[in-house]
Amino acid sequence: MITLAHFIVLGTVLFCIAVAGLFINRKNIIVLMMCVELMLLAVNMNFIGFSRYLADPAGQVFVFFILTVAAAEAAIGLAIVTLLFRNRGSINVGDIDSMKG
Amino acid sequence: MTFPLLCFYVFAAVTVAAALAVVSLKNPVHSVLMLVLAFFSAACVWILADAEFLAIALVVVYVGAVMVLFLFVVMMLDIDIAPLREGFARYLPLGIVVAAVMLAEMLGLIGVRAMHAAEPGVDPAAAHGLANTEWLGLALFNHFLLPFEVAAVILTVAIVAAVTLVLRPRRTLSQKQWPARQVQVEPSRRVRLVKMPSHKAGEEQP
Repeated sequence: MITLAHFIVLGTVLFCIAVAGLFINRKNIIVLMMCVELMLLAVNMNFIGFSRYLADPAGQVFVFFILTVAAAEAAIGLAIVTLLFRNRGSINVGDIDSMKG
Repeated sequence: MTFPLLCFYVFAAVTVAAALAVVSLKNPVHSVLMLVLAFFSAACVWILADAEFLAIALVVVYVGAVMVLFLFVVMMLDIDIAPLREGFARYLPLGIVVAAVMLAEMLGLIGVRAMHAAEPGVDPAAAHGLANTEWLGLALFNHFLLPFEVAAVILTVAIVAAVTLVLRPRRTLSQKQWPARQVQVEPSRRVRLVKMPSHKAGEEQP
């Protein structure tokens, strides 16, 4: 019998892996964006689990909106990465410090 | 252990393993492919939770569009990986410690043992005599119609923003038409009549 705890624990584990990925891949901006996508997946997992066990469609509607916003975020983020690579020839986060005061 | 529970464990293990590979693999292309595997296994888990529409939407929209976009960008940019990996070994212990502490805290807060009491019951959509897509659609187009349209506006803004950011007007190779100049053109600037002396047959060419 799959209980609510299974979904919550799976979402938590995914979220923690994504946080660890943010720490250890702090130079590569594309892997950082992939870690953010993993975090959104973890949140979606929680929404799906609660929607199932509370019998409320609002959770699935929220997953729908999160998917929409995540797609927009990925498109704009990758456009910025492309622009950055075109102007600087690098996507190293350590090189992007020209706005530092 | 029932069959759905066994399936859940298999899909969850694949999802977690793929997520670990995403954050630890050296080549970004392999990372994207592992992310595709993670999303696909997560979609399988969602099907086990009776969210069929969103599972298929995840596969079609995410794996089919967003991940392919990631793959395009990763393969298009000629990235030198070596400087991007510096600090990996240095921050690895810190990352593992932070993740482990967060995991322990969150699992403690969730109270896994208390949650085990939650019985799944029947599929909520089937309880209303509907399919999952109908159940979701009824909620989406009745209670959430305005947010749905706002989501459409967000997608449009994202398209415009992405195109505006990346578009680079090319000046040298431009094939742009200027209608005003085309209308004002004069015959003398297009055609030049040259008078050449014709030679008759029988004359020797110089």
